[in-house]
Amino acid sequence: MKHEIVEKNVGLLAVLILVVISFGGLAEVVPLFFQKQTTEPVDGLRPLSALELEGRDIYRREGCVGCHSQMIRPFRAETERYGHYSVAGEFIYEHNFLWGSKRTGPDLARVGGRYSDDWHRAHMYNPRDVVPGSIMPAYPWLFERTLDGEDTPKKMRALRALGVPYTDEDIENATREVRGQQEITALVAYLQQLGTVLEGTR
Amino acid sequence: MSNLWDDSLSGFWSAWIIVITLGSIAFATWILFANRKTDKRPDAEGNVETTGHAADGIEEYDNPLPRWWFQLYVGTVVFSLGYLLLYPGLGNFAGLLGWTQEGQWEREVARAEERFTPIFAQYQEIPIPELARDGEAMQVGERLYQNNCAVCHGTNAQGGYGFPDLTNDDWLYGGEPEQLLTSIAQGRSGLMPAWQQIGETNIENVTQYVLALSDLPHEEERAEQGASVYASVCAACHAPDGTGNQALGAPDLTNDIWLYQAPGQSVADSVRQTLRNGRNGHMPAQAAYIGEERVHLVAAYVYSLRFRD
Repeated sequence: MKHEIVEKNVGLLAVLILVVISFGGLAEVVPLFFQKQTTEPVDGLRPLSALELEGRDIYRREGCVGCHSQMIRPFRAETERYGHYSVAGEFIYEHNFLWGSKRTGPDLARVGGRYSDDWHRAHMYNPRDVVPGSIMPAYPWLFERTLDGEDTPKKMRALRALGVPYTDEDIENATREVRGQQEITALVAYLQQLGTVLEGTR
Repeated sequence: MSNLWDDSLSGFWSAWIIVITLGSIAFATWILFANRKTDKRPDAEGNVETTGHAADGIEEYDNPLPRWWFQLYVGTVVFSLGYLLLYPGLGNFAGLLGWTQEGQWEREVARAEERFTPIFAQYQEIPIPELARDGEAMQVGERLYQNNCAVCHGTNAQGGYGFPDLTNDDWLYGGEPEQLLTSIAQGRSGLMPAWQQIGETNIENVTQYVLALSDLPHEEERAEQGASVYASVCAACHAPDGTGNQALGAPDLTNDIWLYQAPGQSVADSVRQTLRNGRNGHMPAQAAYIGEERVHLVAAYVYSLRFRD
């Protein structure tokens, strides 16, 4: 094929570029959809409760993922500090992933159970109260705002459509579980379950 | 748990990856050589043909690829084939070196264990009161404390609102070696129930009585009335004389140390709040994070705090 034909037909050029770069995805991504490691949940994995799910959305809303990763890589320096390295089976029910790509603060993949609820509340109200050198912003409004839980069942239904095994009962009780709770309570509930399924395999 | 790390593929997908990978390399190599043939070397007078492209009267020479660039390209092809032969990349083919990321991590951890385990094992042999006087061990202990404990108990170990001070001699669960080891390794969960059911009057009376226990300014009459309520409601955990109970983690109420006195809050308000809403103190278990050997060192460090000024 002559260069000229390709170079003078932008549409053709675009199609050929797409064909060429699709090879990477075809070889590296597509097989993962059919691999046990990436499609089967680890033992004991459960979907987030309604309150934890709302906490997760607060985590997203406040941009926590911008400074905190949730992905422990298999290096000793990381596993010593954060616990067992992350495995794909822990993220089966995650839509979208909150792995992050920047650690301004520490990784949170296994922060669940590491500190007390009280500590998280104190820390979120004003990080300097418990970690004097911290540069994390304070989130005092989480203590003033409460959840109404109106949208929680919709969120759970959407996740169920993506394969998260919520039962009808889960969805029915969602609003009741969430309504009236402080946002900080939801966020702490979310944080306290992070990475706890693989506990003890360290 | 074995399927956690089972990254094997079915034969079809393994073949799929191998075909696309090797096919891409072959395709890229073909492009290189196919285009090389169309290059024309300069003729005897040094004139070079143009590619026929012209833009605003500027034409493009059809020179051959620079040799160094050509060789670099061939080099990347050779490298990729060598890499795919040695390391995992082609479907289920594990590579001649047998390298895995888990294997690399395990070797890294094993090397560190080999180096550090004897040190910690040696420290674990030494009783805590003795270890607490060992300067070198306490440097290690302090590092462990700063990394794992300081976020709650503070870098100076003096605690804060809701987080116990470790430098005084007021221990919720006891400051003896065994008690420290248990607190650190297994964690603690303290629960003070809410007592709204005794009514606001009694809450106020008991508050005044608790202030009296620490010799703080209080209303004598109310404190006297609170004494009987204290005896029936509080004494079971905090002891009849108010000195607390370390088996339950019930604080001593006679020493004017108030764990839950918020900054700017009066002792009386703090006690009222505790009575109305209860308290729930939680120290997470650390053994799973740092291991028994390091718990021993941290316990010794906490023990050593009493020797400091």
